[in-house]
Amino acid sequence: MANTFELIAAVTVGAGGASSIDFTSIPSTYTDLCLKVSTRATGSFPQGFMILRINGTTPGNVVNRYLTGNGSSASSSVISNADGSAAQSQGATSTASTFSNGEWYIPNYAGSTAKSISSDSVSETNGTTIKASMIATLSPATTAVSSLTIVIGDDGSGSLSNFAQYSTAYLYGVKNA
Amino acid sequence: MPNPTRIEINCETGVESIIELTDAEVAELTYQAELAAEKKAEEDAAAAALEAKKLEVLEKLGLTADEVAALLA
Repeated sequence: MANTFELIAAVTVGAGGASSIDFTSIPSTYTDLCLKVSTRATGSFPQGFMILRINGTTPGNVVNRYLTGNGSSASSSVISNADGSAAQSQGATSTASTFSNGEWYIPNYAGSTAKSISSDSVSETNGTTIKASMIATLSPATTAVSSLTIVIGDDGSGSLSNFAQYSTAYLYGVKNA
Repeated sequence: MPNPTRIEINCETGVESIIELTDAEVAELTYQAELAAEKKAEEDAAAAALEAKKLEVLEKLGLTADEVAALLA
């Protein structure tokens, strides 16, 4: 059980937006990593997604197992050829000034075995359709996690977008001793 | 018009940098967007074809979707 959370780095997106948020040179001195985000995309779409990539170029056979609900229906699915761990977000046509919330947890990130990652996230738009997702990810990356990159995109088309101003990302190191 | 930027934060030094994407990176993003649009179009077409097939089967059976759901419940 984790008993310490230490803030490693924090980012707030500025007025120009950002196509990605990259954490580099992540120290290997913790047990786990926890990345908390509040995000919104600049693209003209209501529902968005985020992808968390490990160590820059992640192999394209990352497996994401989804459990998603939108208030009227729930679904479960598997995508086995992703290039990172997924989470929910929202775009510029969602309710103004609202941001999605999400968290990735990466246990044993400094180990040399495949990485199991979990994410939970929800869009916070005050619309009739919102989404909440819990996603279990298996990444075949067997090297220690030293960098993380988050990108954001359109849930409908799958194309990438930019993070809107005031989106935030906080990376925590977690120790269990 | 300048290229989009990305934010990079070095967790050892705490230094945050705003880096403009190279033309090659922008081209790659454009290419990926085109791929995503093609994939979405294929998925939409497949879903539409499946729906049409379901309607065709229902018509052959002379049943409505609700009646089939009741049968399978």
